[in-house]
Amino acid sequence: MSMTVREFWTVIHGMGLGAIFLLSFAGGLAGLYSLRPEWVTVTGVKERVMRLTVGTWVMAVASWLTVVSGTYIVYPWYRAKPPEGLTDLGEFPRYYLLSVPNLAAWHTFGMEWKEHVAWFSPILAVAVAFVVWRYGAQIAETPKLRYALMVLFVLAFAAAGIAGLFGAFITKAAPLM
Amino acid sequence: MTASISTQAKVAENVSAKAKVAVGVASAAFVSSGIGCLVIGLMVTGAEMSEGLKNALNWWNPAGPLVGKTLVGVVAWLVSWAILHSMWKDKEMEFGKVFTATLILIALGFLLTFPPFFGLFAAE
Repeated sequence: MSMTVREFWTVIHGMGLGAIFLLSFAGGLAGLYSLRPEWVTVTGVKERVMRLTVGTWVMAVASWLTVVSGTYIVYPWYRAKPPEGLTDLGEFPRYYLLSVPNLAAWHTFGMEWKEHVAWFSPILAVAVAFVVWRYGAQIAETPKLRYALMVLFVLAFAAAGIAGLFGAFITKAAPLM
Repeated sequence: MTASISTQAKVAENVSAKAKVAVGVASAAFVSSGIGCLVIGLMVTGAEMSEGLKNALNWWNPAGPLVGKTLVGVVAWLVSWAILHSMWKDKEMEFGKVFTATLILIALGFLLTFPPFFGLFAAE
């Protein structure tokens, strides 16, 4: 049982940080949904806001670490150019996918969308975390703000979801070795 | 149990009596996040349209123009956030309009990064 450096970073990027992101998203969304003064006491609101603040910042940090590790560590391995004349493209996923007609769309559609749209997630997640931290218990008293936070939170997740889904499919079609 | 219910009822009463929460700070955070998404989208489609822009955004060869496209978007997000925050922090905003504008900016960002869309503008 062993892992190459590339496989290790692919796991950290996709599964490790992805799992933290998913957990914090689920907790954060549930926290925002239930942050209503008619459902919880004053003490309850304070406790939930504390948890929500930590949860949304964890999601934002996980999201930043995911896009930075993806762009600056994993992606250069993915797009590395093979030497002239090389026929076995197994270690060059981008060129391998483009060389096989029925796999090319994983790059031309999947990777092309994933690599860009993923960056929406940390931006939106920071906006949500900042507003949760800044407004705290006032969110419970301002339904329009709470709804808006939930929508942005879901959009941050959707962007990460697109990236994660295509990342998993592309890794299956052309693993980084 | 009875005490808990009466506390909850009091909280609900307090809420309806409380003054409106100023949303200028949240508005700046939301709109600037939309601007960041839009600018990333504009860089993606722009790089597809212009080989010159694509090369200009290639700030680090191993990752290609992706670095420039995303960092320009991040800088646009942070700069616009600082500007809007200083302009709106003490202002009462029409939050419905602000949030609609945010969603439009984000939707445009999604559209401009969608390969079948930016592929329409590919340079020959």
